[in-house]
Amino acid sequence: MRKLKEFIIEKLILICGLASIFFVVLIFLFLLKEGLAVFKTVGPFKFLFGKSWYPISEPAQLGILPLIFGSLLVTLGAAIISIPVGVGCAVYIAEIAPAKIKEILKAGIELLAAIPSVVLGFVGMITLVPLVKSVFHLPTGLTALSGSIMLAFMAMPTIVSVAEDALYSVPKTYKEGALALGATHWQTIWRVMLPASSSGILAAVMLGIGRVIGETMAVMMITGNAAVMPNSILVPVRTLTATIAAEMGEAVVGSEHYFALFAIGIVLFIISFAINVTADLFLHKRQ
Amino acid sequence: MRNSHRTQNIAFFFLLLATLLIIIPVGLIVVVIIQKGLPAINWQFVSDIPRQGMRTGGIFPAIVGTFYLVSGAILFALPIGLLAAIYLSEYAKENLLTRIIKLAIVNLAGVPSVVYGLFGLALFVVFLKFGASILAGSLTLGIMILPVIITTSREALESVPQSFREVSLSLGASKWQTIRHIVLPNAIPGILTGTILGLGRAAGETAPILFTVAAFYLPRLPKSIFDQAMALPYHLYVISTQVPNVDEKIRYGTAFVLLTLVLFMNLVAIIIRTKFRKKKKW
Repeated sequence: MRKLKEFIIEKLILICGLASIFFVVLIFLFLLKEGLAVFKTVGPFKFLFGKSWYPISEPAQLGILPLIFGSLLVTLGAAIISIPVGVGCAVYIAEIAPAKIKEILKAGIELLAAIPSVVLGFVGMITLVPLVKSVFHLPTGLTALSGSIMLAFMAMPTIVSVAEDALYSVPKTYKEGALALGATHWQTIWRVMLPASSSGILAAVMLGIGRVIGETMAVMMITGNAAVMPNSILVPVRTLTATIAAEMGEAVVGSEHYFALFAIGIVLFIISFAINVTADLFLHKRQ
Repeated sequence: MRNSHRTQNIAFFFLLLATLLIIIPVGLIVVVIIQKGLPAINWQFVSDIPRQGMRTGGIFPAIVGTFYLVSGAILFALPIGLLAAIYLSEYAKENLLTRIIKLAIVNLAGVPSVVYGLFGLALFVVFLKFGASILAGSLTLGIMILPVIITTSREALESVPQSFREVSLSLGASKWQTIRHIVLPNAIPGILTGTILGLGRAAGETAPILFTVAAFYLPRLPKSIFDQAMALPYHLYVISTQVPNVDEKIRYGTAFVLLTLVLFMNLVAIIIRTKFRKKKKW
């Protein structure tokens, strides 16, 4: 009896162990099931590289290039800001900050990670958007730049914590060796610690960027949502994620528009999958 | 030599600057929301339904909706996540399957939240015909927080020393008895931490509930798990962007309640973790 009970429990544990694989596959299958239907009306090439997104006009124009550009522009801006600041902060926390301050700083970073994205979007709308508007004398502050700044901020917890772990995992002897040879603390960090942890830091950057591409609410609230090809960082843009979030509510289940939004979901899923797998490879290379 | 020290000072200054660039805004955001949100909080605000097109009244239905969603998500995710963590920590061998499971967890954690929304819509709302409902929203959120729960629970289980297991096994206990009576009780604080972090995450997410449960305006409480519901994060989104001329006080008040809820959960998780670390006997 006890044997049977344990047999059942252990099988249950195995099934739950496999649940993550099951859910990842299930998500992908359901995106495919709903999304691939769009290619009956628009070819894959025209879908990815079409320059106009007018999903409810007659006939609907379903080209997501403006949305891809919107996402790329915002992500690029966020990366330029968040990579140096995030890695710098990680180095400061891991190497320079005194023990007590280190704990406070880490708590601050955790706090940032915990703030819901809709709250950050709300704060961005009220503070950042008017600021960008007045600094650059724009008709509206809802621009790609505002989105980049906000997203850079949201990528920080990921970049800082993964990069910090990478720095900690550098063997102590490397650092001691460099210091014993007469290098200053900074020279040790710059010439020894950073190169030795480079694959981990690269993974940190990639995961941060993954977070940025997938971010939805804050971006939808502060980038202005204009689905046109952006020609500068100071104009409103619309990202892939924001398009889904803003339009799915109105799309009729089973319509072209509905299928197209799921197809955008497929694109996002593949991007995040590629980023996570590559980052994971970098993290394992280190060990 | 002097030159290299000057370089070091300059470099360290910039590193400090980078750190402050992150920490100061975080502090400011929290302070501003507390400062402007706290005056909006009174009994009526947290216990009344929204009135006059959400421009006055309270946010009670949104609080209740979030409570239901978070409870549903955890009911779904905790058992599966905990058993998955037990599998990884106690049963899994170093092989390809384990590697794939870990990769799947990483990917599950990386899927954009709005894609979870799409998935929930396709599977729960349309395919399984739950409609936009608390059930569909809870399950979507539950799958989303699964990686958080698995990862933290696994760490907690793995931090229980191997010798504990060996003693138990050598006394004749079976593997499951060892897990049930020795490993799990010692890992409870860590599992609790993970669960609470998962709760906080589920409470704050908006995109996964957009098309699976969230009601724009529903001035009554949901009666069953097949009803739609309001939720705090979606409500904040709605009154910030969709409804014109909402008093700023109400917006800040809603943001304050949501932020307090999420930060409170995180604080509890951190306290449990620190206490546990201090008390650890090994």
